[in-house]
Amino acid sequence: MGIGVSPTANIIISILFDGLAYAMFLFIVSVGLSVTLGLMGFVNLAHGAFAMAGGYFVLSATRSWGVPFLLALPVAFLVVGAVSIVFERVLYSRLYKATELDQVLLTIGLAFISIASFTYLYGPIPQSIHLPDYLNGQINIGFRTFPVYRAFMIVVGVILISGLWYGFERTKIGAKIRAAVDNRRMAQSIGINVDRLFTLTFAVGSGLAALGGGLSIELLGLTPSFAIIYLVFFLLVVAVGGLGSFKGTLVAALVLGIFDTAGKYLYADAGGFFIYAVAVLVLLVKPAGLYGRE
Amino acid sequence: MRVLIVIGASVLALAAYGVASADPIKVGVVLPYSGVNADLGNQIDKAFDLYVKLHAKELAPYQVELVKRDEGPPSGANAKTVVTELITNDKVKILTGFVFSPAAIAVAPVVTQAKIPMVIANAGTAWITNLSPYIVRLSFSMWHPAYPMGTYAAEKLGCHTAAIGYTDFPPGKDSSEAFRTGFEKAGGKVVDSIPMGNPAQVPDFTPLFQRVKDEKPDCFYVFIPSGAHAAGVVKTYGELGMRQAGVKLIGPLDVIPDNKLQDMGDAALGTIVMGHYASDLDNPANKEFVKDWYETYSANTAPDFMSAAGWDTMAAIFAVIKKLDGNLDDGEKVVAALKGWSFNGPRGLIRIDPNTRDVIEDERAEEVIRKPDGKLGVKILGVIPQVKDECKELKIGRCGS
Repeated sequence: MGIGVSPTANIIISILFDGLAYAMFLFIVSVGLSVTLGLMGFVNLAHGAFAMAGGYFVLSATRSWGVPFLLALPVAFLVVGAVSIVFERVLYSRLYKATELDQVLLTIGLAFISIASFTYLYGPIPQSIHLPDYLNGQINIGFRTFPVYRAFMIVVGVILISGLWYGFERTKIGAKIRAAVDNRRMAQSIGINVDRLFTLTFAVGSGLAALGGGLSIELLGLTPSFAIIYLVFFLLVVAVGGLGSFKGTLVAALVLGIFDTAGKYLYADAGGFFIYAVAVLVLLVKPAGLYGRE
Repeated sequence: MRVLIVIGASVLALAAYGVASADPIKVGVVLPYSGVNADLGNQIDKAFDLYVKLHAKELAPYQVELVKRDEGPPSGANAKTVVTELITNDKVKILTGFVFSPAAIAVAPVVTQAKIPMVIANAGTAWITNLSPYIVRLSFSMWHPAYPMGTYAAEKLGCHTAAIGYTDFPPGKDSSEAFRTGFEKAGGKVVDSIPMGNPAQVPDFTPLFQRVKDEKPDCFYVFIPSGAHAAGVVKTYGELGMRQAGVKLIGPLDVIPDNKLQDMGDAALGTIVMGHYASDLDNPANKEFVKDWYETYSANTAPDFMSAAGWDTMAAIFAVIKKLDGNLDDGEKVVAALKGWSFNGPRGLIRIDPNTRDVIEDERAEEVIRKPDGKLGVKILGVIPQVKDECKELKIGRCGS
């Protein structure tokens, strides 16, 4: 504690740091869901299942196949992303023009199937991951210590955000995606192949979810019901941020992550209520989300 | 007249046939088989199956049939439905299982109305046994470990101040109340009491634990519903360097269940819990139980405190079947037969208190250590023999009614 740092400043630093780490997790998992919802209006409730698949992939890779943790994460991104293309082509693509209810039924069904499958493969027991030593312990920065793993999550988050921002705002594919989210019919009429674009973003989104799933094992543990129990948070981030908005998802993840952490820290009695209160307030003022189109 | 005689004879014949064929006695088993807590149901289910497998012969000429149903989520929403089905459709004579207190609480009025005895194998909210005269508990009340832990922390662990963190549902409140009562009576001061989310979801514990770390209590008493929560608690505690900051982690056995302990690593070392079991416990019944367990199940599934209570529960059901010659039709007689029953099980000597229908068992203070073979285990620091549910002894709140 505090050479020159007041207790209040210490608390604020603590909340910002923990909140930021949590926000990065929320962002990484939710951004794919946001883009696919915005692009195709497809309600993908199986998004959490892809995150869970990534988690179990990282678990098996590090535990049974001897793959280092840092390598397992990008491999999970690639593998789950590739597998999701199969799902997208075989199942999802049939329901693009169907009603939202049909889409919800298909994807919630997929989520349940994934829960049963992973229970069969890994059992219902919660799994935890053995991290490499350099990700354990604390960093001492003089006036206080921070858990190394949380700092690592923030670093990964910042790298991903920079990469995604560049891809989204500065490349041709990014421009096409933005165009298609804004006005799909116009984008199609000027020759953008929206279906293929969707397959690509779907795969990237699912891959990112898988990466988030792998990163979150240390934070939340991993059981086969992961596919459903954290879905509420992902949907919350997407709704608050606005469908299809990269910037919106980022801001929503930051706001919800930091408010949730602050709420739990400062008013522990009200605990988990804050994240919902913030979401309700934002949606009352801006029903389409922070950066959604009215 | 003749017709009547024929009918009468057939009825008699059928009745005689019924006795001779000796249908198996149906035992309704309600445990969480799905969802985030399926793991907990699994620990008890295995103990039930193991007991039946090894002791079925001793029950002859009677047989039992376990009719298993999913307890569902911790809210208890599913339990009432499946129990009603078990009673009306499957005609079970006795009910057991029940991991979660809300499930047991929801089911209590149903068993009272149906006059079906309900032998609880886990659910630990103290006042559950007061909800129905047909409830008997073989596991524990939250007060069994938490109250003596309060006294122990203040007197033996040198804790002057403590913070409490608990999962926000009935047994969590119960456990924290029990610890507080014991701790304050022994002169300790509780500086903070934090509800930590619901049992269905493992929260991000970091902000909550950071708050406790900054408050610098001597002890941090944590109750969570075992399983996935336990791993999160120990991990976060280690990550934040709370032990180095002088905050001791204490709690009931749920914090370090035997089947999660090896995964917890160094962060768990030094954690002190109060509880009725450890798979390392040195008594003949436990040695045999653990040996049979590993012979039947794979080496990476340790039995834990829930399994031990599950084993004793099935032993109680077998004992009552023998005592009543296989006739469990009268629920009141079943409960009467269980009152005062005692048994040497894996956790040592247990008894059913005839006044409260709750268990009486030894409580042990256990510290997590690294054993000579490199695995994590516990060292018994002290034993408090034959502890009753202090909540009902002191008649606190709903325990007094």
